[in-house]
Amino acid sequence: MTQLALVIDLNVCVGCQACVTSCKEWNTSGAAGTLSDQNPYDADPTGTFFNRVQTFEVGEYPNTETVHFPKSCLHCEDPPCVPVCPTGASYKRPEDGIVLVDYQKCIGCKYCSWACPYGARELDEKQRVMKKCTLCVDRIYDKALPERDRRPACVMACPTQARLFGDIHNPSSAVSVAIRESGGYQLMPEWGTQPANHYLPRRKTQLRIHDDELERADNPRKIDGKLPKPAKSEPSLDDVTSW
Amino acid sequence: MKPAFSVILLTTLIGLGQGLFLALFTAQSYALFDLLPKQDGRAFYAYGSLLALALLVAGLAASFFHLGRPERAWRSAAQWRTSWLSREVIVLPAFMAAVLLYGVFHWRGSPPVLTVLPGGITIDVTVVLGIIGTLLAFLLFVCTGMIYACMRFLAEWHSPLTVINYILLGGASGFTLAAGYASLAAPELTGFFGGWAVIITLLGLTGRAASLRRNARLVPKSSLQTAIGIKHPKIAQKSQGFMTGSFNTREFFHGRTRVFFFAIKWFFLLAAFVLPAGLLALALASAAAVPWLAAAFLVQYCGLLAERWFFFAQANHPQNLYYQAVS
Repeated sequence: MTQLALVIDLNVCVGCQACVTSCKEWNTSGAAGTLSDQNPYDADPTGTFFNRVQTFEVGEYPNTETVHFPKSCLHCEDPPCVPVCPTGASYKRPEDGIVLVDYQKCIGCKYCSWACPYGARELDEKQRVMKKCTLCVDRIYDKALPERDRRPACVMACPTQARLFGDIHNPSSAVSVAIRESGGYQLMPEWGTQPANHYLPRRKTQLRIHDDELERADNPRKIDGKLPKPAKSEPSLDDVTSW
Repeated sequence: MKPAFSVILLTTLIGLGQGLFLALFTAQSYALFDLLPKQDGRAFYAYGSLLALALLVAGLAASFFHLGRPERAWRSAAQWRTSWLSREVIVLPAFMAAVLLYGVFHWRGSPPVLTVLPGGITIDVTVVLGIIGTLLAFLLFVCTGMIYACMRFLAEWHSPLTVINYILLGGASGFTLAAGYASLAAPELTGFFGGWAVIITLLGLTGRAASLRRNARLVPKSSLQTAIGIKHPKIAQKSQGFMTGSFNTREFFHGRTRVFFFAIKWFFLLAAFVLPAGLLALALASAAAVPWLAAAFLVQYCGLLAERWFFFAQANHPQNLYYQAVS
């Protein structure tokens, strides 16, 4: 069984919001209707977004880290928003595991948004139906696009490749390898919703430098600089200084 | 959560209608066994059913204002296998039909007798409809309560007390209304309904106090640490991704001050339980019961509106963890 998902690398995300704007651009232009905005150029602008990037500060000054945290629908394997829907407008596709809303059936009762612990669903104020990330379902299967473009708009836009897209049920896919080998985790695991989207944690990138790497073995006078030219017959450990 | 006035009206009005119907049929059952004087079908039960039906219709009408696409409301009966909301959508009209038929047969008078029990107790069609209506009324209470109680993320609601309180509060308001109605239509039943109204109101106070006590001791299951998956005791949000509001900041916060929130709590404890119980007791003791009962009903209904507001406002959704700071 296929379960398409995003894997988001928090170690790489720089919080540039490119995925937010790219998502909005693609999904507001589709056949399913706009992601409407209210007062876009006025006081109190608001609107429908599938994807947001939030920022958190972890730790206490001066030992803090800034974590940029992209947030969208996690396409749970056991989605709590689906069974509560009274009309069946909310459903999980068996063929690829994407959780979708049928905008023709949704009555806009907001009950599914109550049932989602992540706050992934929004009511579109103009269309009056619930909307959420579709994993760009209108893009990833589009045969008219070149193969490399059949990926969600947010993934295409990310300049640091913090967003990976693929089938997490295929153990050899890039996303599965990333989850397995880089400590991929799920959000709010305590609820048992099994989100398909995973996050890769921050990693400490440390460079271990030993003393002998700073100090050349053939520098007996401890002067790192222009060395006296050794005689051609003299042995040397260092390729740079020997000829 | 943000309390929606349409849902507050829906749940209080249908609870009132259900309670009134249960009160009417309770009186009829007592009368069947000669424990209460028999009432005229048309003058008492038919008009009473009409009142209950009107409350149910008003509640149903209020519910439409909660929908983004009310013209598609018929679709909401589809997922009764999994959704309590869908089940409510089916049971509510079924109950309304039962109340309507119950009223119609009382209105026409001399309802067809189905059987006579050994003790000479006549079972006519209104008794059968009353039993069906009673079952449906309780089923509807369970559906309405379970819509909220099944939300495991909303710990304040995720308890059997939610369903119990929907039954008790609907019953209390219904019996209070029945007492007021009886004081005009059948004064000899006022004491019966009023007595039960006091008992159910006090039971409702017990149930609601138990749920308040439970909710005060809840420990949230999710934290900012599990929400973003970073295991550090000190995490502060610096940006929620936008400056002004979104659906996430509007739908899940009640948007009132703490003072207002706690004032509503004490108001509903007084107005929904303590004052109506006192007014009902006064009405039962006094010769002119009508003004006291009218006051009891109005105060209790206002109290229940406040109670329902507080019920929604108190529920703290885990998604709020992601929306702690604007920038």
